[in-house]
Amino acid sequence: MASHKLKADSVDPWWVRWLLIGATVGFMVFLLVLPLGVIFWEAIRKGWGVYVIALTDRSARNAIMLSLIAAGISVPLNFLFGLAAAWATTKYSFPGKSLLISMIDLPFAISPIIAGLMYVLVFGLQGWLGATLASWGIQVIFAVPGVVLATIFVTFPFVARELIPLMQEQGSEEEWAAISLGASGWQTFLKVTLPNIKWAILYGVLLCNARAMGEFGAVSVVSSNIRGRTNTIPLQIDALYNDYKTAAAFALASILATLGVITLIAKTLLEQKLEQQNVQEEST
Amino acid sequence: MRTSRTSCKRPQLPGWGLTFGFTIFYLTIVVLIPLLALFLKSITMDWNEFVATMSHPRVLAAIRLTFGASFLAALINVVFGSITAWSLIRYRFPLRKLLDALVDLPLAMPTAVSGIALATIYSHTGLVGSHPFPLGIKTANSSLGVLIALIFIGFPFVVRTLQPAIEDLDQEMEQAAASLGATRFQTVMKVTIPSLLPAILTGFTLAFARALGEYGSVIFIAGNLPMKTEIASLLIVSRLDENDIAGASAIAFVLLTATLLILLLIQAIGWYFNRRTGRQA
Repeated sequence: MASHKLKADSVDPWWVRWLLIGATVGFMVFLLVLPLGVIFWEAIRKGWGVYVIALTDRSARNAIMLSLIAAGISVPLNFLFGLAAAWATTKYSFPGKSLLISMIDLPFAISPIIAGLMYVLVFGLQGWLGATLASWGIQVIFAVPGVVLATIFVTFPFVARELIPLMQEQGSEEEWAAISLGASGWQTFLKVTLPNIKWAILYGVLLCNARAMGEFGAVSVVSSNIRGRTNTIPLQIDALYNDYKTAAAFALASILATLGVITLIAKTLLEQKLEQQNVQEEST
Repeated sequence: MRTSRTSCKRPQLPGWGLTFGFTIFYLTIVVLIPLLALFLKSITMDWNEFVATMSHPRVLAAIRLTFGASFLAALINVVFGSITAWSLIRYRFPLRKLLDALVDLPLAMPTAVSGIALATIYSHTGLVGSHPFPLGIKTANSSLGVLIALIFIGFPFVVRTLQPAIEDLDQEMEQAAASLGATRFQTVMKVTIPSLLPAILTGFTLAFARALGEYGSVIFIAGNLPMKTEIASLLIVSRLDENDIAGASAIAFVLLTATLLILLLIQAIGWYFNRRTGRQA
């Protein structure tokens, strides 16, 4: 696609090109490559034995468990929401649609700390529902439900955000064809829409999951400081790091970093896939 | 009239009630009600109490640091982000694709993980931080540390906003300018940069807004000394730890309102430039 443009680029003199490329590489090495490398280096610097112990120790296991629970609840819910929101905002026109799409993006704009505070105001003991819930024996803030709720909020837009632009671009002609041939709504969705958006769903879910496992600010506000009870992986990393248990902190961090790298690879693959699809459509 | 209107109206695909209903319901429960709780808490606060909270020297220092460092970080990101986006789009060099994929790292990495990684590298014993330390430059436990973390977190926003804009640049304009005798420098200053201006402004604003609320990647490298390297988000956490929910809400309200206003500004920028280019065309 860009090949015909490339020839025109030789307008920049070679020394400008090398200066700019050098600045790019240098800046990215100091800002991105070194921090990524140091995570894995610090994690295994004291040997594999330390690494394995750090990951299998009781409080680490509890933290991994709680992160899995938080992700296990928030990812499916936000996945369903993403599907519903994408269908509603791309298959129909209604007044206030762009306002609705902006509101779906709100959790991106709200600082995680403020998100945690908002949930304290609703579910905390001095909040709207906290006292009532407490009288029923339900504790939300400083307990597992608070951690789950905060995670849901922070990862709320991820699947919707991937699907809405894609489904907007694809339009609804294929769905109309299926309906007019007598397919039901569900059949249309499963057989026509879903195959078209499956890679975007996969990436959205991966991103949502990586963020759910890795959320720090919002979760740290609503969780208690009792270690092992409401510590997710990032909170455990924080606790270990502050106790100068650097190797153990980076061992746990390496799991999340790996998850992040996998997400990046998936994103790159998805973009290639979508580009191929576009090229195929253009050529047919 | 009525019949013609209904006959013109296109029939709908099935699923409107279910998907729209669930979207609104879920959005209200997860986002809107908690957001309303914060606004009501701040609005019902006694005005004098609000002013007293916000004019506390520690709060003022934190807000000044947060806004100042976020602004400076976004500015630095505009410079290096533009260079990066330009190199990645216009030039071909080894590992270009890998670097392109790495741009999103700050968004893919959990903030606490980035936080301890940056703190380790830029501490006075770290891989990078140990070199400027003898010269009296502290890259961690200082406002410079806050700045480094905020540059880290804002970087992808600038690059990712600029890349499509550079791709869409009309290279015939550049060639036309060159054939009319403009030097490459003149072409860049008079043709390229002005047409990239909307994307540069949007990228700057996105990076700035993100930096205002950043927490995890900052607190480990910052050192968190009150009055010196304490950011606003951390101060909200401290107020909550002291059980001062009203104080925490006041600071959060100011920070959130600022962020939302800035994001509204982006919409306005987009609208302004669209209208202008629309008129010219």
